[in-house]
Amino acid sequence: MPFIRNGDWADDDFATVADEAPLPDGAVIVSLARFRKERETLLARNAALGVRLAAPESPETLGDDLHRLSVVVLEFPAFKDGRALSWARLLRTRLGYTGEIRAQGAFLIDQLAHMTRAGFTTFDGDARITPEALAHALAEITYPYQPAPDGKKTIRELRAG
Amino acid sequence: MYRYDEFDARFVAERVEQFAGQVARRLAGELSEDEFKPLRLMNGLYLQLHAYMLRIAVPYGTLAPRQLRKLADVARRFDKGYGHFTTRQNLQLNWPKLKDVPAILRELATVEMHAIQTSGNCIRNVTADHFAGATPEEIEDPRPLCEIIRQWSSLHPEFTFLARKFKIAVGAALHDRAALLYHDMAVEIVKNGEGRTGYRVSAGGGMGRTPYIAQLMCDFVEREDILAYLEAVLRVYNQDSRRDNIHKQRIKILINTIGAEEMRRRVAREFEEIKAQGYLTLPQAELDRIAAYFAPPQFETIAEPVAEYEAAKRQDARFADWCAHNLAAHRAPGYAIATISLKPIGGVPGDCTSEQMEAIADLMDRFGLEEIRVSHEQNLVLPHVRKRDLPAIFARLCELGLGTPNAGLVTDIICCPGLDYCDLANARSIPVAQKIAGRFADLKRQEEIGELKIKMSGCINACGHHHAGHIGILGVDKKGVEYYQLQLGGSGAEDAAIGEIMGPGFTAEEITDAVERVVDEYLRLREPGERFLDTYRRVGMEPFKNVAYLEQLHAVY
Amino acid sequence: MTKGLQIFTANRLIDGRVVYWQGARWAESLAEAEIFDDSEAAEGALKAAQKWVAERVVVGIYLFGVRLEEGVAVPLKARELIRAAGPSVRRDLGKQAEGLYRPPPVHSQIRHAQTTPGPARDPFDVSI
Repeated sequence: MPFIRNGDWADDDFATVADEAPLPDGAVIVSLARFRKERETLLARNAALGVRLAAPESPETLGDDLHRLSVVVLEFPAFKDGRALSWARLLRTRLGYTGEIRAQGAFLIDQLAHMTRAGFTTFDGDARITPEALAHALAEITYPYQPAPDGKKTIRELRAG
Repeated sequence: MYRYDEFDARFVAERVEQFAGQVARRLAGELSEDEFKPLRLMNGLYLQLHAYMLRIAVPYGTLAPRQLRKLADVARRFDKGYGHFTTRQNLQLNWPKLKDVPAILRELATVEMHAIQTSGNCIRNVTADHFAGATPEEIEDPRPLCEIIRQWSSLHPEFTFLARKFKIAVGAALHDRAALLYHDMAVEIVKNGEGRTGYRVSAGGGMGRTPYIAQLMCDFVEREDILAYLEAVLRVYNQDSRRDNIHKQRIKILINTIGAEEMRRRVAREFEEIKAQGYLTLPQAELDRIAAYFAPPQFETIAEPVAEYEAAKRQDARFADWCAHNLAAHRAPGYAIATISLKPIGGVPGDCTSEQMEAIADLMDRFGLEEIRVSHEQNLVLPHVRKRDLPAIFARLCELGLGTPNAGLVTDIICCPGLDYCDLANARSIPVAQKIAGRFADLKRQEEIGELKIKMSGCINACGHHHAGHIGILGVDKKGVEYYQLQLGGSGAEDAAIGEIMGPGFTAEEITDAVERVVDEYLRLREPGERFLDTYRRVGMEPFKNVAYLEQLHAVY
Repeated sequence: MTKGLQIFTANRLIDGRVVYWQGARWAESLAEAEIFDDSEAAEGALKAAQKWVAERVVVGIYLFGVRLEEGVAVPLKARELIRAAGPSVRRDLGKQAEGLYRPPPVHSQIRHAQTTPGPARDPFDVSI
């Protein structure tokens, strides 16, 4: 299923595997529950690994294993549920995660700028989420007030010259 | 007051165009109503009983004459010629059309105004003492910090989809005129033992279905760390709040569930880290830069007593009455803080017509008054008035129907729009407030009663702050009939307290009499110097409950 | 399983105005509204009317109860009476000031439990 990674259409090179389904070869994404259960096996595999966190699940629970993951998928069960914005920021700041952070579920074009600033690199949403919509969303507010992991210069920094 | 630079102006202009785009997408069917609703709320746009309602932000309740004029103009051109000042210092228009809102916002942007985040599950308008900068009893003006918080919270990438609304208030004075401890977060400017200025932060206050008084989070946050601290509180709230039950999603519920100590621990953890990373450090230079915008006007050296003022009081009893109740002490000799009551007996509390707004702006220009404030008690305040100008100002206010001498008295009722306007309401509130005000209209009687804050809400959402009323009234719906519940002993001041519910509700016919009996009982029981609140705290609910339900008792026999 | 008489209403998307389903179109006056006395028919019409939501004409369609007084529909609840007329504290605003509201013939709509005997009060007697 095509989605947007780093601003452009991309193919999902991971297989998202349900908890009870057998693991295929190659790159997989599993739930946190499955990761906990089959941690050794999953980490021992010679393939990229990702974990999908539900909205109440903090990335902190992944501990050091986080840095062995190629992707962290953060769920948006409803677009009004903005917890993933904090999880993404946590990943980028306290936890120092540099891999792919993927948004999956229900979110609006109107959230893409916030999500990007929070640290999301990949968007797996509905048909309205396109590279054009993303580019437009990112250009709507030129200068932000707040510092964020995206490193964009804040208004205060610009004022200081 | 704060003036936008090119960055602020561009930010607001871009937000307006972003909203215009959202409206266009809604009208084109690219956004459903469910999707559009939170987006329009984030720009202050509700759908009420009769029409849309637009809540325009008045940051920390401060307006310049040109802004007041623009509000008047917008109300006249796009609405029905009036606005309503709210308990969070904002202004509401009751009849805008969705298709006109982008144009309204563009007009507002020309005078550095907007409707950003006046509703929605995000950080709302930051409110402050309406006497800021003028009262002699403040440590410093709280508004520079309000402005800094406003900028930090505007379209915050992490905190724009919170579990519920988040209201912040900043205080700096001994007397709390901003109902600080009823806010999701209260920031009090304080001095520590070493004389250093910093911030005491509390969180978890709120009105509504389950009222709470805020609890202490940190008794001293250093100046430069305040944004890091606020960020830490918001992050814990965003991460840990419930999302499954809309009635349990305010921070007050989170703190009361996990306990204040655990909340402090979680916040401290985030805070230490954010502080260490340094990106939210607030340099003194930035504080000073913002504070410079709020420097008070150059005060003239005026000797007290001011002859013209004293003479006018002797000659004009009405003026003397107004001065006795509507003026507060100013830090500069020869000056006063003047409250313009928007509670004329029989009027709609908090409403102001376009003509009145323009006339007030003219008055301000005439007397060199650069600022006017909106109080959360739904009145207007002129913070820096020369006493010698007061007689002329009062005369003009009287011509405008704005000279009611009832600030802080029993007829100065805080009242939400209620079922006459609001989609959420269960009962009408305005006619009840009007009836009660009418019952106590006699000024001598009001003076005899003294300070008595009646606050009235038309539903459990408590926009009328009834939990903080010395007498609080809540409108409820009992099988399609409007009933009114009484609460006694609430306070929104530094002695914050939640009113106690008296008992079963009264009908619309009965409520005025019930309130009157309660007030009369206070007069009967009070000891010298006691306000209603003091007597209530001394004698409790029982005596008031007995007299309030007297009529029903008689009916039984 | 009749729920009594019902009318359905909504707000217009473009300007927020209160409208009532008249049978073929959305009308601005309660007096023009189609009255359903069969709840199945009402539910059916409500479902069909959702197309007006999809077409971005109205939002928030719902049914509310009325009774008939001399052939005129009178809402059972205060909220709907106020929506039909306008704010009770500003008789110069809303439908009541635009000729779009006809007061019911018998004034007992917003039922106040009267403790003094006498004729039923005007529901919009603001000296409540």
